[in-house]
Amino acid sequence: MRITISHISKSYKKVKALQDITFEVKPGELFGLIGPDGAGKTTLFRILTTLLFPNEGTAKVAGFDVVADYKKIRNTVGYMPGKFSLYQDLTVEENLNFFATIFGTTVAENYELIKDIYVQLEPFKDRRAGKLSGGMKQKLALCCALIHKPTVLFLDEPTTGVDPVSRKEFWEMLKRLQQKGITILVSTPYMDEAELCDRIALIQNGRILEIDTPKAIVKHYPKQIYNVRSNNMYELINSLKDYEFNHSAYPFGEFVHYTDRRTDFNPMKLKVYLESKNLSNIEIEKTEATIEDTFMELAK
Amino acid sequence: MNENKVIQVEGLTKKFGDFTAVNAITFDVEKGEVFGFLGANGAGKTTAMKMLIGISNPTSGKATVAGFDVFTHAEDIKKNIGYMSQKFALYDDLTVQENITFFGGIYGLSRDRIKEKSEALIQELGLEKVAKQLVGSLPLGWKQKLSFSVSLIHDPKIVFLDEPTGGVDPITRRQFWEMIYKASHQGTTVFVTTHYMDEAEYCDRVSIMVNGKIEALDTPKKLKEHFKAKNMNDVFLKLARG
Repeated sequence: MRITISHISKSYKKVKALQDITFEVKPGELFGLIGPDGAGKTTLFRILTTLLFPNEGTAKVAGFDVVADYKKIRNTVGYMPGKFSLYQDLTVEENLNFFATIFGTTVAENYELIKDIYVQLEPFKDRRAGKLSGGMKQKLALCCALIHKPTVLFLDEPTTGVDPVSRKEFWEMLKRLQQKGITILVSTPYMDEAELCDRIALIQNGRILEIDTPKAIVKHYPKQIYNVRSNNMYELINSLKDYEFNHSAYPFGEFVHYTDRRTDFNPMKLKVYLESKNLSNIEIEKTEATIEDTFMELAK
Repeated sequence: MNENKVIQVEGLTKKFGDFTAVNAITFDVEKGEVFGFLGANGAGKTTAMKMLIGISNPTSGKATVAGFDVFTHAEDIKKNIGYMSQKFALYDDLTVQENITFFGGIYGLSRDRIKEKSEALIQELGLEKVAKQLVGSLPLGWKQKLSFSVSLIHDPKIVFLDEPTGGVDPITRRQFWEMIYKASHQGTTVFVTTHYMDEAEYCDRVSIMVNGKIEALDTPKKLKEHFKAKNMNDVFLKLARG
């Protein structure tokens, strides 16, 4: 089922949360909305799940208009909000039964869809939701969002604050759901998760910076990036920023990612400059752009 | 005590009833080092950190932080460290200026010193125009940078950062790390927990906790070599998944 977003804008008083957002999520696609806190991700999710009216523009989810057909959308889609929104004082099993009943179905009827995830929760089925660990809460929330067999799934920052092991498991679950034909729109502030999506939209300050496959987005990066390393990270960053031909210099793990304004950049000259700043053990080598490099270049 | 070891931990253990949350961990952190403290949710990181900052009593073992014993001199530890977490940082309903004054007061700085510090801090962060605005109205990235500076207001020997950069945009996150490098360059030890594995690569050394124990401790480069992993994320997955 398709999601079509057309010229959506939304403001809260003076704050422009979303500005003229247009894109489409194709049926069966795993689409990522990538951006920091305050980018407008949650506002867009709330509009698409019929919880908020846009000021301008239209959007359709699975063929239904988000304003006119809101009741149909609510029956068709699954939504996992960023904030844990299950009943803390109900047990795992009670929460699941509750959400199944609300949607006029039973856990047994759609068990197949949640089985993979629920088996991990089953040992804790009598535990209250409020007493679960972060990773378990997230799995329960996903089960509840799936219990009525939605055709479109909205996941708002499902992996925020979750450790790398649980994050990896969560993405493996999403891939399996996608294979069952569910269209998935997922948001995340973790740039490394972008690679796991079919296509992504980079979003900041209510505007879309770019939409494409992760591979294509990285290819569009306009410059050659160099990994630079030395004996002193702090002095290295300062020296690179002071360099007259510096286009950008950002710390990236054990390196600094450096780009130069000149087209005929010679790394040897940079090395000489850095040595003149009393740095030693200097290494400069070419490297590939990442989604994060692209995001920063576009957001500059 | 070795002057250069600002944190010394030996066999530190914390039990809650039958459950051992932290199981005999041993490590040292050196002056000016950026030390990454990693682990899965529930591995015992937070419990270990609480013991080190003097707000939770260990069950057994030994530890000194900034030269003070965690068993007998917890109050002295609190005065000599800075602390910042994403959950608790600044008061949203106080202005930038008021927050600085408040935390300066808490750490026992004189009025003159607070005035001096807050002017320097506001200028350094370029917050002159918003100094009289409520912190709640600032963008998240500004808040985090301010919060970090405030945690350094009393020139502590060590600053503890508990998942400091969650949710901020990549540029701000890097500006934040540049501030960390600067503090470290000036001799402040930085003890940081994070879920961003790429950030682990910024640290001088990294420890990884699994089920209450420190299962790995080395430079990111050596950990990657040892685990034949291409990045810290792979190191983490190999360790934590067993």
